[in-house]
Amino acid sequence: MADVTVLKAVGRLDQDASAAFQSRLVGLVDVPGGAKVALDFGLVDYVSSVGLRTLMVAAKKSKAGGGKIAVAALTPVVREIFEISRFNFVIPVFADLRASLLSMSADAAVAFDAGG
Amino acid sequence: MLVRFWGTRGSLPAPLGAAAVREKLREALLKASGRRFETDADADAFIDLELDFATGSTFGGNSPCVEIDAGSDEFVFCDLGSGLRAFGNYAMAKPKRRKDPVYHAFVSHMHWDHIMGFPFFVPAYVPGHRTIIHGCHPNIEAALRRQHAAPSFPVEYDQLGGTIVYDIMTPGMPVQVAGMTVHSIPQYHSGDSFGYRFEKDGKTVVYSTDSEHKLDNPEHTEAFVEFFRGADVVIFDTMYSLADALTIRQDWGHSSNIVAVELCHRAGVKTLCLFHHDPNSDDRAIATLHDETVRFEELSRESSPLRVLAAYDGMEIRL
Repeated sequence: MADVTVLKAVGRLDQDASAAFQSRLVGLVDVPGGAKVALDFGLVDYVSSVGLRTLMVAAKKSKAGGGKIAVAALTPVVREIFEISRFNFVIPVFADLRASLLSMSADAAVAFDAGG
Repeated sequence: MLVRFWGTRGSLPAPLGAAAVREKLREALLKASGRRFETDADADAFIDLELDFATGSTFGGNSPCVEIDAGSDEFVFCDLGSGLRAFGNYAMAKPKRRKDPVYHAFVSHMHWDHIMGFPFFVPAYVPGHRTIIHGCHPNIEAALRRQHAAPSFPVEYDQLGGTIVYDIMTPGMPVQVAGMTVHSIPQYHSGDSFGYRFEKDGKTVVYSTDSEHKLDNPEHTEAFVEFFRGADVVIFDTMYSLADALTIRQDWGHSSNIVAVELCHRAGVKTLCLFHHDPNSDDRAIATLHDETVRFEELSRESSPLRVLAAYDGMEIRL
């Protein structure tokens, strides 16, 4: 969306899913000059410690490369897990996708409002 | 089998200060405003039933020492932290089970918070009392001798009147002590640490502190799931949040409540006991950690429920 890549995750981010998710996410953020990535977690049911670690790895690479990463639209269960694990201090969390886009790019928010 | 906690704090003893006591008193008095208590029992009932733990009590401030009472005439405990002083006094005051008392200590590692109680362990000074120190590090004796030496302490190790002997264990090789089978496992911690699993008559207690769990190492995870398998109680290092353990405190050798619950769920553990509390956490913060861990257990549960306790100095768990 404009200059922000949106990655929509679905289901459980646990031991089984984390390797593929991390590979995909790191591939997006670990680029020359850095990238802006918004993670839409609206359909993520659960995140385990291993899943949270993938976000930490991606956030670290993103920061090192000058990029930005944010998570949006956490379900109530996943929001609680973020709070209990204190991962809300590791990676910026936004109530919805538009807010996460706006935090990184006004153009992306405009594109979102225009329907893509 | 009975587990008694004599010290539950990590890194450094953290005594309750005057301001914290005053805050508890203030909260209790305000809560009791207008009430009348005729007897000690009335007052105790009010404390137990109407005050939360952080107001009516304290998690305590002694560093690690946990007794495993399996009904033997020999004492067994884990670690020689500052809680050992109170345990030693208790053991000396208790009617003797035998003429030549025996104390078995299992040492996780020799960082200061885990050995600092030894110079204050009265039985070590008394002729006829025998302390057997079990552990997987070959240099435990050297560490204990060093903290007794001048200028750190006025009584040299060689002046101890009791008998002190060492049983250097091989990790993974079980030993028989006081009627229990004791297994050991190496743990990720600066200078290495070791966890211990105590088994007797179908009951199992695991003591696993100062142990960081590397989430990118599935073999490591599986080894701990097996070590914890079916335990009645797992005493687990939950010093940091998961976020801290994976970021600013990575490789500091400690773990989190999130990983504790996940490992215990996978291993079919009955009770998880949060342990090695951060000395920077006050009673309110540890109570919050406990509440949040209970909630995470509910959120992550896929089969049998896991009971979650937060250890405090003086707590007893009967199996």
